Amino acid sequence: MNSHYATSQGLHLNYSLILDMIEDGSRVLDLGCGNGYLLKLLKDKKKIKGNGIEIDQNGVIQCLEKGLSVIQGDIDEGLKQFTDKSYDYVILNQTLQSTYNPDFVLEEMLRVGKKCIVSFPNFAYWKIRFNFFFTGNMPKSQVLPFEWFNTPNIHLLTIKDFFDFAKKHNINILDVIYTTEANIKKGMFYNIFSNLLAEEAIFVIAKS
Amino acid sequence: MTVEEIKKDIVKTEFYTINKKIKFESGVEFGPITVAYETYGKLNEKGDNAILIVHALTGDAHAAGYHSEDDKKPGWWDTLIGKNKAFDTNKYFVICTNILGGCSGTTGPSSINPETGKPYGIDFPVFTIEDTVKVQKEVLDFLGVKSLYTVAGGSMGGMQAMQFVISYPEMVKSAILIATTSRLSPQSIAFNAVGRNAIISDPNWNNGDYYDKENKPDRGLSSARMIGHITYLCEEAMYNKFGRKLQNKDHYDFNFDIDFQVESYLQHQGQIFVDRFDANSYLYITKAVDYFDPVSKYGSLKNAFQESNAKYLVISFDSDWLFPSSESKEIVNTLMQLGKDVSYCEIKSPCGHDAFLLEYDVQSKIIKSFLNDHIKGDNNE
Repeated sequence: MNSHYATSQGLHLNYSLILDMIEDGSRVLDLGCGNGYLLKLLKDKKKIKGNGIEIDQNGVIQCLEKGLSVIQGDIDEGLKQFTDKSYDYVILNQTLQSTYNPDFVLEEMLRVGKKCIVSFPNFAYWKIRFNFFFTGNMPKSQVLPFEWFNTPNIHLLTIKDFFDFAKKHNINILDVIYTTEANIKKGMFYNIFSNLLAEEAIFVIAKS
Repeated sequence: MTVEEIKKDIVKTEFYTINKKIKFESGVEFGPITVAYETYGKLNEKGDNAILIVHALTGDAHAAGYHSEDDKKPGWWDTLIGKNKAFDTNKYFVICTNILGGCSGTTGPSSINPETGKPYGIDFPVFTIEDTVKVQKEVLDFLGVKSLYTVAGGSMGGMQAMQFVISYPEMVKSAILIATTSRLSPQSIAFNAVGRNAIISDPNWNNGDYYDKENKPDRGLSSARMIGHITYLCEEAMYNKFGRKLQNKDHYDFNFDIDFQVESYLQHQGQIFVDRFDANSYLYITKAVDYFDPVSKYGSLKNAFQESNAKYLVISFDSDWLFPSSESKEIVNTLMQLGKDVSYCEIKSPCGHDAFLLEYDVQSKIIKSFLNDHIKGDNNE
């Protein structure tokens, strides 16, 4: 499902940031692993043991061609085949906003993974606000290139929304990275500026 | 196309006789058993580049190539087995055997019982999928195969592949399970039961003793095949293939002759089937399929697969309602829970259960990638 997200410089930045978060030899589950690019990178660079789940047949075939283990499936149906805390990391990269039941998907991830990495485009990013304010149309950007009628991104959210959600559901936020096209900013806490200035956020979360 | 590809690969069915008694799951000891088999490619010195291909209900050992230059039809999985194909015979030694109880060269109810000099008929012991796998193992030992690079099959072939991993976990490096199930649903058992009933109700079946009679239970067997064939297709496939089109006419005849194309097709399938298949074999093999149930036999599917370290590829087809994707997913989920290395693909196809014989393009890609990765993995070790 990574294909739902425009391939841009930002995406490659995002891959390398995720790569840095994961310890060598970890067990990793990549939800919505797309063509397997990130999983392959993790396998080559971090010697992880891992699987991907991907809904699209072509994505699955591309993963197999890369020598990855991949299950064709819909993460909205849950992760019932996985036992509790069976992975060191469960990754949901740029996919949360295109799931039907984001709350259920997050709950399942947190059950299966000791830690979870969730990244999503921030809908409160100033350019998006600006765009919406002045044009009155559904905002589009480099990372959200779709029209309202064909976008797979049906549950767009902001960084503030995610902090609120985490608080309400007792989810521990272990780390956050805010990214813009050019900058990376690390910080654990929400402030009004990160919600305004970050184009994308990567959260590391856990639930005991 | 290269010249090599245009030239037909001529293959020959071989026979091996197991000159001892094999203990069946029912407790019966049975032998000798002759097994018909074909091989493609060469076994390497270590004996570890072998691939066992396991056929479906009415298949045979002739999985690839042609029997002669004039032969019009190649083996049943020729699209996937051969030089540079998914099961690449440049690299692998591919083996396919005719199932125990079959009627295409392997000892079955139509074979002569050496003790009586007459065909076994229903004196042939009832066997299970586990027994069929035991017989195949004997052939592999005879051929000098030490380990299986992969065991692959669709439908009943998938069940045997699964059973091979369960029975001989140390021998199998990977398994490809296609359009299969870990146990038949009551609906599938029901279809088999109606098929068997059609055979048994045919007066010519004569309690299984018909081999020297002029009239054989052809009507029963062809009805069984017609019922089976419906389950191999799907609604969409039938619409695409026949619609409501009439057979060589433009109006109803208001009698009970064939009106619709779909009727004519099924009748034809039934008729050609009786020329190549034995009614008793049909009874025995469908029974083995119905009995297959590693879930009850080992307590759970998890217990069944516990010992294996094989890598798995599971493939299902979205229009297959005989062994639907949900049944493949059950296998996949179990393997995931056990921490086994498993990949799963649900192929979109309008062909129903038969897709495993027809959708070779996507299957080739998937199987090739799976097997190639496997080689890379081995080199790393």
